[in-house]
Amino acid sequence: MRISCPICGERDRREFHYRGAALTRPAPDAGEAAWDAYLHLRDNPAGATRELWYHETGCGAWVVVTRNTLTHEMPGCELAAEAAR
Amino acid sequence: MAELIARTPCAGLLPLAVGGVDLTEESLGALTTLSPRRGQEAALSEALEAAHGMAFPAPNRTTGKAGARAIWFGRGQALLAGPEPDADLARLAALSDQSDAWAVVRLRGAGAVDVLARLVPLDLRAAAFRRGHTARSELAQMMASITRLGADDFQIMVFRSMAATLVGELKTAMEAVAARG
Repeated sequence: MRISCPICGERDRREFHYRGAALTRPAPDAGEAAWDAYLHLRDNPAGATRELWYHETGCGAWVVVTRNTLTHEMPGCELAAEAAR
Repeated sequence: MAELIARTPCAGLLPLAVGGVDLTEESLGALTTLSPRRGQEAALSEALEAAHGMAFPAPNRTTGKAGARAIWFGRGQALLAGPEPDADLARLAALSDQSDAWAVVRLRGAGAVDVLARLVPLDLRAAAFRRGHTARSELAQMMASITRLGADDFQIMVFRSMAATLVGELKTAMEAVAARG
């Protein structure tokens, strides 16, 4: 698999470290259900997912990767700092 | 007071020459990472130009020349190699002294690119990776900074603690390339 780092360009998967699903953190007072879902409940989609990867041996950026679990395509990759805005 | 003797990271390991490829240790002088403060990227580049005669490098690029070089070193970071950083730069960037933290080697000779092809998941051939280009990547599981200084001439940096592993991996790859004739 190849990941297109927005800074370095297309790089081999081995340069990256996988973190997990790219989630939006609930507000501190969002309530138990929202925090329970954020901490413990994950979807297991057959299709597009959004995940956080760390460009560990490359530029050191956190990126949000769009990956298709059916085809292994990785069509999207953006800086996590920008995705969060 | 004890008499302390400075040892270079690759002391006792280098130089090496295998099949037309030379591996030598480099001493670049002071190494300082420059991380521009938010919104100060352009101002830092100007200050770097004024103080040391080189702009802040774009990703995957270097600026300057031998003896005083700025090497792109990661997201929002460049490594100033050579001069002690001008004090004025600290106003615009976070500076961190890295002088004794890195092992720096130079791989030279016909076949150098074939040696690296065995260890680095990047296309480092001249058509894709030209003189002055640099990359942060992996070299045999080690985080490395790789810079092309000329035809068949590469500078490789890894953390100092990995110096012996770096030399070992490069030596094995040099021997394997040489064995193919």
